Amino acid sequence: MKKILANSYIGSLLIMLYAPILIIIIFSFTEAKVLGNWTGFSLKLYTNLFQSGVHHSLSSALWNTLIIGLISAFVSMLLGTVAAIGIYNLKPRARKIVQFANNIPILNPDIITAISLFLLFVSLGISQGYTTVILAHISFCTPYVVLSVYPRLRMMNENLYEAALDLGATPFYALRKVLLPELRPGMISGFILAFTLSIDDFVVTLFTIGNEGLETLSTYIYADARKGGLTPELRPLSAIIFITVLALLLVINHRAAKREQENQKH
Amino acid sequence: MIKNSFGSCRYISMQQTENIITIEHISQIFGEKVVLDDINLSVRKGEFVTILGPSGCGKTTLLRIIAGFQKAGEGKLTIGGVDMTETPPHRRPVNTVFQRYALFPHLNVSNNIAFGLNLKKLDKEHIRKKVKKVLKMVSMTDYEERDVDSLSGGQQQRVAIARAIVNEPEVLLLDEPLAALDLKMRKDMQLEIKAMHKKLGITFVYVTHDQEEALTLSDTIVVMSEGKIQQIGTPTEIYNEPANSFVADFIGESNILNGKMIEDRLVEFAGHRFECVDKGFSPNEPVDVVVRPEDIYIFELSDAAQFTAKVTSSIFKGVHYEMMVTTPEGFEFMIQDYHCFEVGESVGLRVKPSDIHVMKKERIHNTFEATITDKNHVRFLGQVFECKDCQHFEPAAEVYAHIEFNKVILQDNEEDGMISGDVSFILYKGDHYHLTVLTDEGENIFVDTNDIWDDGDRVGITINPNAIKITTR
Repeated sequence: MKKILANSYIGSLLIMLYAPILIIIIFSFTEAKVLGNWTGFSLKLYTNLFQSGVHHSLSSALWNTLIIGLISAFVSMLLGTVAAIGIYNLKPRARKIVQFANNIPILNPDIITAISLFLLFVSLGISQGYTTVILAHISFCTPYVVLSVYPRLRMMNENLYEAALDLGATPFYALRKVLLPELRPGMISGFILAFTLSIDDFVVTLFTIGNEGLETLSTYIYADARKGGLTPELRPLSAIIFITVLALLLVINHRAAKREQENQKH
Repeated sequence: MIKNSFGSCRYISMQQTENIITIEHISQIFGEKVVLDDINLSVRKGEFVTILGPSGCGKTTLLRIIAGFQKAGEGKLTIGGVDMTETPPHRRPVNTVFQRYALFPHLNVSNNIAFGLNLKKLDKEHIRKKVKKVLKMVSMTDYEERDVDSLSGGQQQRVAIARAIVNEPEVLLLDEPLAALDLKMRKDMQLEIKAMHKKLGITFVYVTHDQEEALTLSDTIVVMSEGKIQQIGTPTEIYNEPANSFVADFIGESNILNGKMIEDRLVEFAGHRFECVDKGFSPNEPVDVVVRPEDIYIFELSDAAQFTAKVTSSIFKGVHYEMMVTTPEGFEFMIQDYHCFEVGESVGLRVKPSDIHVMKKERIHNTFEATITDKNHVRFLGQVFECKDCQHFEPAAEVYAHIEFNKVILQDNEEDGMISGDVSFILYKGDHYHLTVLTDEGENIFVDTNDIWDDGDRVGITINPNAIKITTR
């Protein structure tokens, strides 16, 4: 009895959580303009999405989102990794301070980050557009990369880098051939995390995107909704994004589980 | 052969050509702590040198300076006659075996070993042959393709040694390489390392805190404590003629007592006079006396006894019995003998003159640089103390303050003391303890006490106004 109650509780919780997304995915396979009308199975909305010209602004918003996501995730990965190595080599007291400073942007509300970046760009007189969005995304993604790389460094044998130097490797060679292979799993996790955060972001993007007509998915959907009624093509797009993020999440979790297993083995 | 700075200059220049490593006046300070204090050392080519000391004595720092992972704060280091004080680690002709192996987890056994050879741009076939040869040497043939994580601790350490010696370094540095292995494996590896040293003929510098390991392996032992070299010598020299009470206590078991040198070849300790072989002390000079537990003869009461005692405990240790005895004068001795004497039994004891080792005392009381503040007070160790011996000195006079070891009072609560510190070293002197207390000012104060304290205890220190004696500087 207790088990049935527990199961139905978790079941209803999951249904409530995922029902909206499920409904969108189901209705992405029909042509109706209004969500909720089922006019028969169709892939029309999917084909519309990928047909150039039909919904030009939506697909360009998608491309902008992906490009901004990839560039800022890549740069964050590099900066975050270097920062993690730097933090690892600090004296304990300085390390604590820098780690604390690294955690502030993570806990800081998005709106504060957004406004402060907006003011910064305005006061520096940088015209807002692609560059400012990417800079903004890099600035809030980097701390997450630091958090995913730093544990790898802690786990690593502390003499590894020295052992490479000892065997005749230059500091750069030791970094490339010994340190980076050890950090790679953390870097990849950090990259994926940064990428999803960047795709997902709305508040910071809205404040730094300027008014030159540049749109990312989140700002496009927002503007679209304000105009009244969402374009039906958003349904297949949401479905695709959801499945992609789910896949990325599964990859991250799988990697974490594998790492855990390896650790237990030793 | 190894020498410290006290060796004669002529001798040094004669030996210079043969020295592979020379360390001159190397000091290292981290924050407030002096990790290495003016270290002077030379290592002869082909020698097996062990740097031995308790944890925190600076031995690993010294090794890291030789390897180049750490820059010396001060001083000069030469390897193979070339000044390498500033040389980065990858340009030094030394290789290191680390305590926790530090194998590259993403490479297999043979790629780990070939790491250094690949950097030297040797051709593939040559490298393969060298890897095979060195694997055979560490008895790890057929392990080439294995993942290093799948190996046991002992096997990983063999690979680590192979990875270092395959580069044919002039000096092999080993940083407590066996500390992570179990006892049986450690004993086996000790023998193998010793054999490897013979076969390769290169210089080994080995760091350990295990005195038995040091005695087994080394040609020369360097005993370190608190950043200073305490003694340099062969294992027999270190064991039979320790330079001071620290070395005597650290190497093997020993009975260390306060004594008095009555005249040449006659010493008094534990309330009796003994013939000995030491000379060159002034009459009645206070000394430290060391007698090893296996050097005291124990037998049933008879006329042959130099002194008597009662057995207080007796433990079987496998080969011998370890017994504690107390003399009527109240001194305790540890004795190791093949014969067992029951607890409570009265026994006769005898020590051969050559088994008594007499050492000069490093100090006979505490001495601090001090400044008179007024007629009744003196300032030292960062604190003003009341003092009855100040009257004859002008205020602000620079003086020495002397305090007998047994006049320093230790308090359980550090708040009760005028200054506080940590007990850093404990020596049992047969009838009392001789403690070294490191004050928060970073200076040592030495204390004789009958109370039992533990290493690391936090204590308050008070000094009776009558106990402070003042002399001019």
